[in-house]
Amino acid sequence: MTAFLQRLGAGTLGITERVGRGHLFLLHVLGGFPGLLPRFGLVMKQIYASGVLSLLIVAVSGLFVGMVLALQGYNTLVDFGATESLGVVVSLSLVRELGPVVAALLFAGRAGSALTAEIGLMKATEQLSAMEMMAVNPLHRVVAPRLLGGIIAMPLLAAIFSAVGILGGYFVAVGLLGVDEGAFWSQMQAKVDLYEDIANGVIKSVVFGFVVTWIAVFEGYDAVPTSEGVSRATTRTVVHASLAVLGLDFILTALMFGDE
Amino acid sequence: MPEAWVRIRGLHYARGEQVIFDGIDMDIPRGRLTAIMGPSGTGKTTLLRLIGGQLRPDAGSVEVAGQNVSALRSKALYRLRQRMGMLFQNGALLTDLSVFENVAFPLREHTRLPERMIRDLVLMKLHAVGLRGARELMPAQLSGGMARRVALARAIALDPEMVMFDEPFTGQDPISLGVLVSLLRRLTDALGLTSLMVSHDVQESLSIADYVYVISEGQVVEHGTPAALRRSTSPWVQQFLQGQSDGPVPFHYPAPDYRADLLAEAP
Amino acid sequence: MMQSRTVQIWVGLFVIMGMAALLMLAMKVSNIRAFSGEEGYVITARFENIGGLKVRSPVTMAGVVVGRVSKIGFDKEIYEAVVTMNIDPRYDNLPEDTSASIFTSGLLGEQYIGLEAGGAENYLRDGDRIQLTQSAVILEQLIGQFLVSQADK
Repeated sequence: MTAFLQRLGAGTLGITERVGRGHLFLLHVLGGFPGLLPRFGLVMKQIYASGVLSLLIVAVSGLFVGMVLALQGYNTLVDFGATESLGVVVSLSLVRELGPVVAALLFAGRAGSALTAEIGLMKATEQLSAMEMMAVNPLHRVVAPRLLGGIIAMPLLAAIFSAVGILGGYFVAVGLLGVDEGAFWSQMQAKVDLYEDIANGVIKSVVFGFVVTWIAVFEGYDAVPTSEGVSRATTRTVVHASLAVLGLDFILTALMFGDE
Repeated sequence: MPEAWVRIRGLHYARGEQVIFDGIDMDIPRGRLTAIMGPSGTGKTTLLRLIGGQLRPDAGSVEVAGQNVSALRSKALYRLRQRMGMLFQNGALLTDLSVFENVAFPLREHTRLPERMIRDLVLMKLHAVGLRGARELMPAQLSGGMARRVALARAIALDPEMVMFDEPFTGQDPISLGVLVSLLRRLTDALGLTSLMVSHDVQESLSIADYVYVISEGQVVEHGTPAALRRSTSPWVQQFLQGQSDGPVPFHYPAPDYRADLLAEAP
Repeated sequence: MMQSRTVQIWVGLFVIMGMAALLMLAMKVSNIRAFSGEEGYVITARFENIGGLKVRSPVTMAGVVVGRVSKIGFDKEIYEAVVTMNIDPRYDNLPEDTSASIFTSGLLGEQYIGLEAGGAENYLRDGDRIQLTQSAVILEQLIGQFLVSQADK
C-alpha cells in the first residue's frame, strides 16, 4: 500500500515537473518570436515542412469525410423528407467540428511526429549542443520557427479540409443522390453563420495548431537522446497531441456554442 | 610557458551519485595545443562542456579569458562562446544544410556581412581543410573524416581564439587520421589558436600536443610535456601510455575468487 | 538557392489555397452577404411571449430578411419580453404602425420575427417602439385550447 502511494506520489510529481518544464520551454521559445520577423525565410521553410507536405493527406481525407457525411446524412434525413438540409448537416459538421479536429489529428500524425523525430535526432547527434556552442540559441533558431510555422499552417489546412469536404459532400448529394442544388447551397447559407461557425472553427484550428506543434517540439527537445528515446518521444507526440486536441475541442465547443 | 587562457581551480562535478571530477586544477596555455587524456568514461567530454558553460560545476571555478564561466549571464556567455569553437565527436553538422551553409551558419548568425564576403570566407575556411570542392554536398553524403573536417572549418569560421576538440581521432581510417592530425597541428600554429583536445588515442596525442594532462577517476594523475610524460614513474601512467592489458588497472572487474566461484553451488 | 525558390512557390501556393478555402467558406457557405446586424437602426417591440426566439434570429418582411434580433430583455414592471432589433439601414421606410409577430419557419424550424407594414405616413426611426405585436404560438397552448374546445361540445 505504501509502495503504491509512493509510486503515485512520484508519478504525480513527475507529471507536474514535466508540465512545468513544458511551459518554461514555451516561454523561452516565445521569446524567440520577435527575432523571426526579419528572418521569415526560416518560418517559410517550416510552413513548407508542416503545411505543404500535409496538404495531400488533409485534402484527400477531407474529400472522403465530406462524401461519407453526405451519404450518412442523406439516409437519416430522407426519413423526415428533409434532404434539402443535407448541405447544412455537411457544412456545419465540417466547419464546426470535423474540419479543425480531424485536420489537427492528421497534422499531429503527419507533421507532429516528423517534428519530434527531427528535433530529437538533432539532439541525439549533438546538433543542438553544437549550436549552443556556436552561441546560437537552438530554442530561437530551431524551435521557434517550427512552432510559428505550425500555428500558421494549421488553420489553412483545416480550412482546406472543410472546403474540400463540402465540395465532396456536394458531389455526393447533388450528383449521386439527386438533392436539389439550389436548396443544398441556400439552406447552407441560411444556417451557417460567418462569426458563430466559421470564425469559431478557425479559432479552434489556431489553438489546435499551437498545441499540437508545442507538444511535438517539446517532446523532441525533451527526448532521451538515443534512437530508442526519439522513437518513444515520437509515439508520445501522436498520443498526447491527439488527446489534447480532443479534450480541448470539448472545452472550446462548450465555450463557443454552449450558451445558445 | 605562456599565460593560461583557461584556468580551472578545484573543480568538482557529480552527475547524480556518480562523482566525475573530484578537485581538478588545470591551466590551458594560450596559443598551444593541449591534450587531455584518460580512459573512456572519465568525463573528458563533460570537461569541455564545463569550459563551454553548458554545464555548471558543483564547486570550484572555470575561468576562460579571465571570466568565470559559471557566473556569466547568458548574454555574456554567448559573447564568450563566439570566441570559442568546438568540434564535436561526430561533427554535429546541421543535417538540413549543405556543407557550404554549415560553414556559413555562424557567420550568418553573428555577422551582417554581405553575401560575397561570406562566400569568400567560407571558401577560405573550406580550402584550409581541403574540402573547397565538396561545398555542395549534404552532410549525409560525407564520410566521417570529411564531416569532421567540415565541422572544423565551421568551428574556425568566426576566427575564434580557442577551439576544443572532442575525440577528433576516434574511428578514423589511417589516411583520414593522418589528415586530421596534421590539420590540427597546422591550424594551431598558423592561426595562433589555443587548442584543447580530448582524446584517448595515446600515440597521436603525444605526437602533436605541446602539453598533456592525464585524468583518471576525477583527478589529474599526471601532467607535463609529452617527453616528460613518457618518463613518468607512475605505473598507472605507464600502463595507460603503453596500453598494457593488466597492471594497476586490473584486467578483471572486481569479482570473488575464481576457484571459489566455480565450485560454488548454482543458485 | 534553387531549392529555397521551390519552397517559396509551394508555400505561396499553399497559402493561396488556404485563403481560397477560407474565402469559399465565408462567401459560399455562410451568410456573409446577408445583413450582419451590426450597423443599421434599432427598434424595439414588447411581446407577451417570445417562445424560442433568440439573439441573432432573423427579422423579416414579406419573407425577406431586413434585420436581426440584437437583444432580448425582460420588463419586470409589466412582465413582458422586450425585444431589440437592428434593422438594415436600406429599409428606412417602415411605417409607424408596422406590426410584429413571432413565427416559426416550418413545423419544427427556428423562430423569427415577421414585420407587416401598416398604412401610416410617418416612418419608424431609431429607438422607436412597435406597438402592435403578436406573441409566439406555443404549440402546447394551442393543443390545450383545442382539447378544451372539444370537451365543451
